[in-house]
Amino acid sequence: MLEQLPALILLAPLFGALLIGLIGLHDRRACFPIAFTALIISLASAIGAAMRAFTGGAYNYFIGGWEEPLGIGIVLRVDALNGLLLIAIAVVAVLAVIFTIRPSSEKDTDKTAYFYILFLLLCVGLFGITITGDAFNLFVLIEVSALTSYGLVAIGTSRRCKMAAFHYLLMGTVGASFYLLGVGYLYLKTGSLNMQDINTILTTNATVAQSPAIVTAFILILVGIWIKMAFFPLYGWLPNAYSYSPSGSSCLLAPLMTKVSVYVMIRVMLSLFGLEWVFGHPGWSDLVVWLAVIAILAGSIMALAQREIKRMLCYLIVAEIGYMVGGAWLNDPNLWGLTGASYHILADAMMTLCLFLFAGILFKYHGVSEIGDLGGMFKKMPITSIGFIVGALAMIGVPPTCGFFSKFYLIRGGIEGGHPEYVAALLISSLVNAVLFFRIFEIAYFGKNPAAGHSHDHGHDDHDSHDHDDPGDAVTTAARPMREAPVYALIPLLAAAALIILVGIFNGQIIELIRLTFEIPATVVSNLR
Amino acid sequence: MSPKIFASIAVVITGIVLLYGISDFPTFGDPRSPANSGVEGGAPSTSLYYINESYGVTKVPNLVTSVLADYRGYDTMFETVVVLAAGMAIFAILRSTTKDDETVAGPARKSSIDGDHNRIIVGMTCRLAVPVVQIFALYVVAHGHYSPGGGFQGGVMLGASFILIALAGNLDDALGRFSEKSYMALASLGIIIYAGFGVVPQVLGKNFLDFGVLQKILLTDGPEMARSHSMLGVEIGVALTVMSIMFAIFANLSSRGTLKGGL
Amino acid sequence: MVDFLLNTVKPHFNFWVYVILMMIGLWSLIAKNNLIKKMMGLAIFQTAIILFYVSLGVKDGATIPVLESYGDYAEKAEKAEPAGPEVAPPDATPAPVVVNPADTYANPVPHVLMLTAIVVGVATLGVALALCEMIYKEFDTLEEDELLRKIKALHDDA
Repeated sequence: MLEQLPALILLAPLFGALLIGLIGLHDRRACFPIAFTALIISLASAIGAAMRAFTGGAYNYFIGGWEEPLGIGIVLRVDALNGLLLIAIAVVAVLAVIFTIRPSSEKDTDKTAYFYILFLLLCVGLFGITITGDAFNLFVLIEVSALTSYGLVAIGTSRRCKMAAFHYLLMGTVGASFYLLGVGYLYLKTGSLNMQDINTILTTNATVAQSPAIVTAFILILVGIWIKMAFFPLYGWLPNAYSYSPSGSSCLLAPLMTKVSVYVMIRVMLSLFGLEWVFGHPGWSDLVVWLAVIAILAGSIMALAQREIKRMLCYLIVAEIGYMVGGAWLNDPNLWGLTGASYHILADAMMTLCLFLFAGILFKYHGVSEIGDLGGMFKKMPITSIGFIVGALAMIGVPPTCGFFSKFYLIRGGIEGGHPEYVAALLISSLVNAVLFFRIFEIAYFGKNPAAGHSHDHGHDDHDSHDHDDPGDAVTTAARPMREAPVYALIPLLAAAALIILVGIFNGQIIELIRLTFEIPATVVSNLR
Repeated sequence: MSPKIFASIAVVITGIVLLYGISDFPTFGDPRSPANSGVEGGAPSTSLYYINESYGVTKVPNLVTSVLADYRGYDTMFETVVVLAAGMAIFAILRSTTKDDETVAGPARKSSIDGDHNRIIVGMTCRLAVPVVQIFALYVVAHGHYSPGGGFQGGVMLGASFILIALAGNLDDALGRFSEKSYMALASLGIIIYAGFGVVPQVLGKNFLDFGVLQKILLTDGPEMARSHSMLGVEIGVALTVMSIMFAIFANLSSRGTLKGGL
Repeated sequence: MVDFLLNTVKPHFNFWVYVILMMIGLWSLIAKNNLIKKMMGLAIFQTAIILFYVSLGVKDGATIPVLESYGDYAEKAEKAEPAGPEVAPPDATPAPVVVNPADTYANPVPHVLMLTAIVVGVATLGVALALCEMIYKEFDTLEEDELLRKIKALHDDA
């Protein structure tokens, strides 16, 4: 049974979604328990599958038992890097699904079942992207996660979320199509779709590896993934899609979608083309790092200009994507940049989850969406505030949160790789984050609670992008008294905050696991501590 | 910058990159290209394996079917999941039951292809055509092993037959024959059938979707025929899901999610 | 010009067509103002990729990848081999890539992959249509500039 765990990670949420499709429409109370159970099973199997990879190294799971010759079937491959990410996805999904419990006073609507089906299928897609070892299968699962996320963005009652979802759809489809085209170019030159197989061909056969078609394939795949992850010039869809989507959706989408795309980029560089091939092209590394620098600075500056919490967080995501892409492309001799980027995927998933949960709590239970309305929050909602403070400190990069350590490794990579501009951008961005969050701290600590109806007396059409299933009520009951959110909203927030600190404290072990996948000389690993 | 200029620049850059990649493609139609027969000096490509070996292992002469439903069956399962996800996304976007009065529902109203004399020709033609379309669709599903066809194609035809009813009469006609409850249930059921064919081998101690081991249950002689029969099973699952979702998408799009009147 | 067409374009004719189609799609995706036209652009864009993939699997003179007379496929294969067009000359050493009867069937893999991609494309278009329908219901227009103006008006009111 243990060797079936890699398949079980995906199958549990898949069957959960199908069960909801069968019975959830008739009895909506069944939706949440099914979803929660399915994700818990996923989490357990992800931990099991990852532990095997941590102790025994990477291993394959051959779907359908098609092992020989390599590449005729589809392979799931678990190694330490994606093992960690699988656990992170499962944790985020479990916490986000707890957050979707609604107060018993609100009644279910007919969209509840669809929401949970899409939620679970999105998890299936993300797990699948992470675990697969087949280049084309990756495309199919990207589309599973993409279509579900369009639905999750558009499920809200806001007038603007449909338009945001439409732009997201156009960009997402173009990104996925570029990826597909890149895989086609690879297939044309290598005759294989299996990542290991392609990698072997590219490393052993120099004429194939240096042909223009392969270079084009890499560029196409890279641009496709960049569109999916909202890397700087291609980020246009992200802020609208995430800030106008309902809270329940954005708590799952924001922490995971972009991070998984970054993982795909690292996986493509690492396992599909190989780092030697990628960095064998002079100039690419510098170019991408400069793009990342622009992304970091632009994201931070645009975040400064925002009044709404969610939009500010969205632009911070754009900056964080810059951290990770830049880190992965630093090309420093000991691969600290790549290590830091991989670690930052986990760290950023937790930080983004924490902050989006915070924004979700404010919006869902208090109808607050603007920074200016946070006055007096620390006194009235002390527990929520603790979660928020931890998340904010992690974003700024204060030890012992994980944000500090990821920046530490990224900066180390930047220095060793000779990219002072990247280091400078990271520091500036941390400074901007500090300004941003201390401004919020100040308002929340010293500011007065705004007069009733202050933010809502002027047409709420703009931010009625409320919850997926309370059509139109919440914001109209403006200025609900600020008090602690219910327990089931606080649990995920505090758990995310705790995870931020735990991931920070155990950074040594996590880094060691990540570096297992990189094949670095043993001496470097031993210098770690 | 106006979108047209921006578009032109994007198109020119992308086009140049793509044409640069094409410059060293193998000649069109070359049977010795890497995709068709493997990298020079390397192992033969998987497509040669499929052409030469797959019949012996799966007993399915249509290579596309055997690759689709068995070797790359995992892809195909998620392809079906994509269809389901699209359906669910569309329902999530469009479906609304709250605004309209539910009371008018019920069999009282005579629908137009069922005995409306003003539409007698359309109604009769539709009545004659639908069974033929459906029978042919079932043939396409079942004959996918031996000729072009399979679950997706057959499923789309089955869905089209219900859409024909809706087009010839009205949406109520079609929904009376294929209600929302049944299409939701069938859509999930289709993937449950597919994934069930994957999970049963896991219970029997093999990997997911390893159809060969099903010979113990399907009582075939040898794993090859078990694979062949299982492929038919998963194609039926695919057809169910595709049929339900195709019709459901039509029903929701044509009535803006109210499932009333329509068109 | 003729040289260019004969030597550069003709051997890769399908691939040139796919690039042109794809660029038409991309252009209308970005430049068109109407959301439905953007969707059409998207559809052309995706279809171009399908053309590209299917062109990969083409072999000259080959038929569709459904085995004919599969009962005695093995024997037929042995007989067909000496008559094949690409048989190595008798004095040459056996080539590492075996000349084989598989050349009579087109490569099935691109067909399989494109079945998936077609389904994905249809699903995406369905969702896009649903979104357009809702956008039209909310804003009474599908022209992007008008939509942006109306959305901006919403924002300013708030």
